Amino acid sequence: MNRLKEYVKKNQKMILILILAFAVVFPLLGFEKSTIRIFCRILMYMTLAGSLNITNGYSGQTSLGHAGFFCVGAYTAAIITTRFEVSFWPIMILAGIFAAVVGLIISVPTIRLKGIYLSIITLGASEVIRILALNWQSLTGGSFGIKGIPRPVFFGFEFDSPLKFYYLFLGIALIFLFVSHRVINSRVGRSWMSIRENELAAKSLGVECSAAKMMNFAFGAFWAGIIGAVYAVYVQYIDSAVFTLDEGFNIMSMVIIGGQGTLVGPLVGSVVVNGLTEVLRPIGVWRFVMYAALIIVMMWFRPQGLMGASNSILAGGKVKMKATGKAKRKETTP
Amino acid sequence: MLKIENLKVNYGYIQALEDISFQVKEKEIVTLIGSNGAGKSTTLMAISGLVDKTGGKITFDGQDITHMRPERIVHLGIAHVPEGRRIFPSLTVYENLLTGTMGNRKLTKQRQKELLEEQYELFPRLRERLNQVGGSLSGGEQQMLAVARGLMMDPKMIMLDEPSLGLAPIVVEEIFNMIVRIRDMGKTVLLIEQNASMALAIADRGYVLVNGNVHLSGSSKELLSNEEVKKAYLGA
Repeated sequence: MNRLKEYVKKNQKMILILILAFAVVFPLLGFEKSTIRIFCRILMYMTLAGSLNITNGYSGQTSLGHAGFFCVGAYTAAIITTRFEVSFWPIMILAGIFAAVVGLIISVPTIRLKGIYLSIITLGASEVIRILALNWQSLTGGSFGIKGIPRPVFFGFEFDSPLKFYYLFLGIALIFLFVSHRVINSRVGRSWMSIRENELAAKSLGVECSAAKMMNFAFGAFWAGIIGAVYAVYVQYIDSAVFTLDEGFNIMSMVIIGGQGTLVGPLVGSVVVNGLTEVLRPIGVWRFVMYAALIIVMMWFRPQGLMGASNSILAGGKVKMKATGKAKRKETTP
Repeated sequence: MLKIENLKVNYGYIQALEDISFQVKEKEIVTLIGSNGAGKSTTLMAISGLVDKTGGKITFDGQDITHMRPERIVHLGIAHVPEGRRIFPSLTVYENLLTGTMGNRKLTKQRQKELLEEQYELFPRLRERLNQVGGSLSGGEQQMLAVARGLMMDPKMIMLDEPSLGLAPIVVEEIFNMIVRIRDMGKTVLLIEQNASMALAIADRGYVLVNGNVHLSGSSKELLSNEEVKKAYLGA
């Protein structure tokens, strides 16, 4: 295992290029359209789970409402592109910005709330957004949803097949990963991680905790909004039933199974969860039982997720004990 | 350099600090000693803006910082190494140190490198453990890391909250030697300790806190020979 890790570290660039080449060539091997659609799903959820991981994994603020941001992005794009003759691309950015603004608003309570209370707020916000979409007839079409969302066109190149969308999703996932990688390794990323590890210590080091948390939420929501917009033009029909809490938990399970706080984790999580969905299709609704079992098994044997480091804070109590110094204090106080 | 006048802090209806006044001059080591619950840690938290103040005034370098936000206070050059170390357990030693630079925006890459070298020199053990995660360090190493992290922002003054807490006597000695070296580097040190004899041995001046008040003050020598201090804190 360790030798494998070292090997990966040494040849990081080569492995990345190989995976990328594989991702580019793979769908050209003559799959059926429905199979390509599954690949699209996997890529879409990679970005979606990745953006949730920014909030949950890197700043440690457990958000359960990611489906809400996804919803905002999808509806923004659907409403604008069906009513006005505009190019999709600026609308996609706008959908991201709009979701980020909603994220900022939801993040205001994070300044005061922590842990489970914060999670409940995000859960509620997600439902509020969905119910708004369900009931605001004149704008969102209510329970009928929005039909006939036009396909995006890129300089005369129309995205009209799953294969073309595959490359669009791939492109977005790559841009997302690149940007996130840069942000995580910057001052901003460090401030997020320091909040996750110990908020008081972060404060004492001059991290502006509330601003950092708000930025974190906005960043995660921005990418969920972008992917929502692409989703809308991909399926061409959206209604509020897609963006339920189940969807939020679905995204979260990918983050948890893959490994919180690692960039690769959500990618693996998306492959595993979406792959399982397909494999287990024959057993119907029973597959939800399998998900639950999988999450429980993961919590038991690998709480840091498949890709999480074994020395992660999530991996066990030993590290935590040392951190608070309780173990040592007993020995030395006379 | 740092001046505290009639500081009052309440936790709910409990008065933690009744009336605290003291001064820290440039490049000296000042220690606050006192028993549990005397208000030592609260005083530090109040200086760095982590608790709300009910009254009093705090000035640093002639600037009123009483109601400043914590991050602005850090930007002025006050580093606070909180009690119980509070290092970031799943970040590596190197990442922990880098996070220390967050509080100082004026640091250039070059200066950052110099500061890192400074820390390695001061705490050679950290260099050996650079890629290890913080949580896997021993208690003494964690304390060194916490101090080094505070020094990474190149502060004018560093406040240490019980750096000897829970450490073996030999490690405590090592830590106190480092505190003297930090002062010799030109930093001002405000040290909080329960280990009064050690603290007074290296400090220039000291204040004795009792129930949220400054009970006694003076140079370390005076305090060390004071009968009351001897009885209550030095175990003589």
